[in-house]
Amino acid sequence: MPTTIGQGGAVVKVRVDSEKCQGHNRCYSLAPELFDVDDYGYATAAGDGVVPPELETKAKLAAANCPEYAVILEDD
Amino acid sequence: MNPVEDWATDYDIFDPAYYTDPGPIWGDLRQRCPIAHSERWGGSWLPTRYEDVAEMARLVPELSSQEFVVVPPVPLIDPNTGEVLRTRPHAPPISSDRPFHAVARRLLLQAFAPQAIDRHEPYTRELAHRLIDGFIEAGRCDAAVQFAQQIPPKVIAHLMGLDENRGDDFVEWVRGLLEFGATDPELRAATGLKVLAFWGEEIGKRRAQPTDDFISWLLEQDLDGEPVDDTHAVSTCNLLLIAGIDTTWSSIGAAIWHLATHPDDRRRLVEEPELLPTAVEEFLRVYSPVTMARLATEDVTINGVTIPEGSRVLMNFPAANRDPEVFPDPDTVVLDREHNRHVAFGIGIHRCAGSNLARMEMLVALSAFLERIPEFHLDDTGPVTWCGGQVRGPRSIPLAFTAT
Repeated sequence: MPTTIGQGGAVVKVRVDSEKCQGHNRCYSLAPELFDVDDYGYATAAGDGVVPPELETKAKLAAANCPEYAVILEDD
Repeated sequence: MNPVEDWATDYDIFDPAYYTDPGPIWGDLRQRCPIAHSERWGGSWLPTRYEDVAEMARLVPELSSQEFVVVPPVPLIDPNTGEVLRTRPHAPPISSDRPFHAVARRLLLQAFAPQAIDRHEPYTRELAHRLIDGFIEAGRCDAAVQFAQQIPPKVIAHLMGLDENRGDDFVEWVRGLLEFGATDPELRAATGLKVLAFWGEEIGKRRAQPTDDFISWLLEQDLDGEPVDDTHAVSTCNLLLIAGIDTTWSSIGAAIWHLATHPDDRRRLVEEPELLPTAVEEFLRVYSPVTMARLATEDVTINGVTIPEGSRVLMNFPAANRDPEVFPDPDTVVLDREHNRHVAFGIGIHRCAGSNLARMEMLVALSAFLERIPEFHLDDTGPVTWCGGQVRGPRSIPLAFTAT
């Protein structure tokens, strides 16, 4: 399984809590590389959710902009 | 009407002092009375802290959406028959509570998901450039009237399958229902009847002969297995009219006004157009146009304040977005602000269903304007004017620039 070493040596994955997501699409708008949306506009992490190092800033931006606290960054 | 003496006990959201520069009023209220009350305009409660507004938005069904307008409803009565056509504005899912809310919302979201909205971007871009073509050589324009106000009504008309010139009627109607109608119940009722009749006619035409547009698509959908009837179709069209026009035009206008009065931000956005996505969210935060209402269906206690059953609560998303507890230096636009969980589109189950459309229109309008007219400033030949109430934004922005 591919892993990515983020800043500080952490492996960063992104995840969307579907219970919390209300389809704001703030994540998809700010970091389209990292998220997919379904036909109703609800978001999920693209692929396996692993964040390449060059997109780490965008992943953090997506998490810091979700009004529902539905975008979660994980170390593993 | 008497001037406001104490905003904590007697606020007036239609006072020019409130809609021209509400920041200091909210700042004062947050300090000494974070949930204010006023008897004006039918009486209401006004939260100003982010946390309180967020808690209220999630307090369903105790805070019901059956009355989402900031003033008490006027009934719509058929002048010929005397029949009461509507007792209050009906525009599901904005006016719905669970469980019907979820059914009506699911239907609508398909038409407003990002992929669906992408289809309208080429038209929006062409329209923005065509509008700019109309005034660029004059070296001046009213950016509210000739640009911001033109885009959302024409995009909505285009999306619904109507001639874009119908956008002029939409502007008149939405102002009759909200901007001028909020404080003028007769105008509101007369406009409401006009709009009901118009949608009824358009729906009738498509029942007889379906076309390739939103209204025809809507008529083919179902609500939990039940076909969409004319009442639901009219109400859905109503929703697009009241939610999709002066809201977005206010946001586009406020962003242009900001850039006209903050040359450093304007230059930075011209030089770094890749900042537009975060800049648009920041404009939405600082100049949030929309205040919604809820009706308390039982006594509710928020932050130690008990709001009695039957009260109107104003969902003050604009004030929440200026709360210094959540946003450092909240009154300042920071084009690349990183932490920005703004609630301009609301939060929870009533998140604005059209937010992707609004965001697309803002991005397209601002990028076209800055590309064609990178340098502009306020033209002192006329005043900048704002309006407020349910929707706050600039209504006149005289600009001058060098034609390029």
